Amino acid sequence: MSTPAVATSDKFEIGGRAFTSRLIIGTGKYRTFEEMKAAHRASGAEMVTVAVRRVPLDRSSESFLDHLDPSLAILPNTAGCYTAEEAIRTARLAREALGTDLIKLEVIGDQTTLFPDNEQTLEAARVLAREGFVVLPYFTDDLIMAKKLLDAGCPAVMPLAAPIGSGMGVQNPANLRIMRELGMRSLLCMPIEGRSGSLHYRTRGVHDLQSHGSQADCWRALPVLW
Amino acid sequence: MRIQVNGEPREVEENLPLPKLVAELELKPEQIAIELNHNIVRRAQWDNTLLQPDDKVEIVHFVGGGCNRRQEQ
Repeated sequence: MSTPAVATSDKFEIGGRAFTSRLIIGTGKYRTFEEMKAAHRASGAEMVTVAVRRVPLDRSSESFLDHLDPSLAILPNTAGCYTAEEAIRTARLAREALGTDLIKLEVIGDQTTLFPDNEQTLEAARVLAREGFVVLPYFTDDLIMAKKLLDAGCPAVMPLAAPIGSGMGVQNPANLRIMRELGMRSLLCMPIEGRSGSLHYRTRGVHDLQSHGSQADCWRALPVLW
Repeated sequence: MRIQVNGEPREVEENLPLPKLVAELELKPEQIAIELNHNIVRRAQWDNTLLQPDDKVEIVHFVGGGCNRRQEQ
């Protein structure tokens, strides 16, 4: 468990790698690869998260990784998994394909809200941590679950800050503050953009992020430039 | 002989080495991972892996997405 950092200019270390930027952003829902690349550049993020999927067999598959700036670190995720078993399998495949131990663990519990299944997440985290993965688990902001995930060997936890796609900004500052005060290393899991596309939603997310301070990291990409 | 690739039946030659299947599918070997009958085949073992009738092959790659989104192919 790390102690809370006090400045935003310090290095951010995860999985044995140091980063200058504290933003880790997504790669989904962009209209074009060009737009994605422009957003990645503008964000200054040094790590992006990508999903694992079956390849299509009709030769229609574009090589997605080729559209990412090669300097970006890649954080594979288990998006779309609904059980610990699926997530574990996906993590192992990601490690085999990319040669990275990093995994953003997502086990979804509800199809409508995409809220995580904390119980399945913990189960998967325990298995993967034992296998040497650097597990970054997405979970709802329960303090005891955070403790258990850290005890399982996760170097940091990723509490949900707002319902996915809601663009509501940080909804649970009290819980996040407690985690921070207890020295838990948390990476804020938050959609910065609103589906409405309104600038207000986007900027509110960024302000929330700034007020959360240097412990805050963000996982949701900006669909347009800041 | 018939095998299954990502859930779809496929006719391939007997004892087809795994890298040849990857080439047939025009996939970039360095960006994929392969399961054979539910077990990951390490990259170092691809050359020694000869496909047998009714083998079930799963091949995955990376796509944009995550952040808790559902499939975004």
